[in-house]
Amino acid sequence: MRLFSIRGGIHPDPCKQATEGLATVSLPLPGRLYIPLQQHIGAPANPIIKIGQRVLKGQRLADSQGHISAPVHAPTSGKIKKIANYPALHPSGLTVRTILLEADGRDEAVDPTPCADPLALAPGEIARRVGEAGVVGMGGATFPSAVKLNLGNRYRLQRLVINGAECEPYLTCDDRLMQEQPAEVIDGIRIMMHALGVGEALVAIEQNKPRAIRRLREAAGIDPRVRILPVPTRYPMGSEKHLVQALTGRETPARGLTADLGVVVHNPATARAVSQAVRHGRPLIERIVTVTGGAIAQPHNLQAPIGAPIQALIDHCGGFTEAPARLLNGGPMMGQAIPDLGAPVVKGSNGVLALSRAEVQGRAQSPCIRCARCVQACPCGLLPLEMAARARKGDLDGAARYGLLDCISCGSCAYVCPAHIPLVQWFSYARGELTARQRKQHKQEEIKRLAAARGERMERQQREKREALARRKAAAGTPTVETAEEAAP
Amino acid sequence: MLAAILVLALLGLALGLGLGLAARFLRVEGNPLVEEVTAMMPGSQCGQCGFPGCGPAAEAMVAGKAPVTCCPPGGRALAEALAAKLGVSVDLSGMVDKPPAVAFVNEALCIGCTRCFKRCPTDAIVGAAKQIHAVVADACTGCEQCVDVCPTACLEMRPIRPTLDTWYWSRPTPGYC
Repeated sequence: MRLFSIRGGIHPDPCKQATEGLATVSLPLPGRLYIPLQQHIGAPANPIIKIGQRVLKGQRLADSQGHISAPVHAPTSGKIKKIANYPALHPSGLTVRTILLEADGRDEAVDPTPCADPLALAPGEIARRVGEAGVVGMGGATFPSAVKLNLGNRYRLQRLVINGAECEPYLTCDDRLMQEQPAEVIDGIRIMMHALGVGEALVAIEQNKPRAIRRLREAAGIDPRVRILPVPTRYPMGSEKHLVQALTGRETPARGLTADLGVVVHNPATARAVSQAVRHGRPLIERIVTVTGGAIAQPHNLQAPIGAPIQALIDHCGGFTEAPARLLNGGPMMGQAIPDLGAPVVKGSNGVLALSRAEVQGRAQSPCIRCARCVQACPCGLLPLEMAARARKGDLDGAARYGLLDCISCGSCAYVCPAHIPLVQWFSYARGELTARQRKQHKQEEIKRLAAARGERMERQQREKREALARRKAAAGTPTVETAEEAAP
Repeated sequence: MLAAILVLALLGLALGLGLGLAARFLRVEGNPLVEEVTAMMPGSQCGQCGFPGCGPAAEAMVAGKAPVTCCPPGGRALAEALAAKLGVSVDLSGMVDKPPAVAFVNEALCIGCTRCFKRCPTDAIVGAAKQIHAVVADACTGCEQCVDVCPTACLEMRPIRPTLDTWYWSRPTPGYC
């Protein structure tokens, strides 16, 4: 199949050799699991358990609330100790409502409700089961998968794309999953194709993962509907819009969805979770996390239960060899800082990266010389230098006119910048500030409405009081007096 | 010659009549700019600017008698918008937005006197006589009027803390001069 080129991009050192050849290891069950109620985009889940209650592995702990949400399940059997605020896996260091589960070590599971032939189910039923199992996008975006599997109702879809590019350096969790569980990934893909009603699935894998490509090809067999496509190794090939462009030659409209082009993109780990959920009736309670970086003694891919503290993962990999210069959730390009080692693994955690001092470039920033290397690197065709200059001056609307909202925060611009300007932070700040202003504007409009409603009510009460007074007067006074009064003037 | 004079005279009369009628029936009430500026203001009539409400404040700003930075709830964003609207240049570098805060009722001290919620311009305080009052944070503008009227000093302003939904990266600091 012919591939198309995408603009811009960079070729960072993949740094995947430490873990790509090592088999995934299961993390021994930690004694305490911290299960956040919000591990997905959308409304947080609503707890349905009682403090002190004993729960079984796979039992639902919290229900999804609203249309875009996902439930959470118990990763093992044990006792619910608390529902309280604990550190979130988030660069802010803020807390999130979390269920604290004390494992009893017996790991007793609820009876699953398997389905021998998922392809005989109605498409809506598949999406429902996927939603019940709490499956969300496991590439990191954590959008509830059931909502995406229902897109067939609103869009005319032609194909499913599985994003196995894994273009972030260091991360190998999808690569290992495709090597070790190819049959489950392919099964998930077939189930998702059925749910979406599409006749074609393209599995895109970067060329630097020949073993994953071979294993998936073997698993897909002679099925002509599932095609495994090696794509060029270039960052950010794993951005869904760019991957779709590389495969179809068509660009997703600004602020649109790939569904506008008839394409739905899912991650291989999500495909496996869908297979587990629909075929075996198992909810999403564990995932593979790459623990790597120069500061980790024995880098590995770990199969970890949701809620395991990051500290437990690092301990199982032999701890730190030196104090990490950067500790990141995700890869080095788009990963976010981990402020607290007590924060738990969540459904979207794909990597824990502890970079040593030698791996971090600590050079000081200098003023922009307008060399436009960032413009060449930007895969979205934007002008990062212009956007940053406007954000710096506080001209946020100006930055938005230059495409601030179309930026995917891939970091290619900051990677090539010879002046070491933290461009991505500028854009994140500007976007956050814009949203905060919009929120404020919205609140002000709401307040205006409330103030007007109050004014109206006050006036009405005054009027009613006057009218009541007039009526009382009319009732109390005798008609003769009234006529006399009327006659007087 | 005569025809031209006649035509021009008639034209003058007709247009004069038109202008006269327009002046009478299409008369503009006040300065339209004042209305536009009033529409931009928060509209909670909180009085923090020192004027009795948003309308009088807008009038004063249009007349140049008050600075565009006089509205604390509107903050820097409003000052910027007003400066652009009124065509005045203003130095905003010294203007620091007061961190947003909402009122909070200390339930141990509240006696249910209803004074605060009668005063609240946005009905953000709920309660009844001899019942403990509470603040609806989403509707509170942080105008502090309730704080002044409370006889037991049970109302206090609490800063709004960022949540996971509202937090965002801070402005980078350049490492050079």
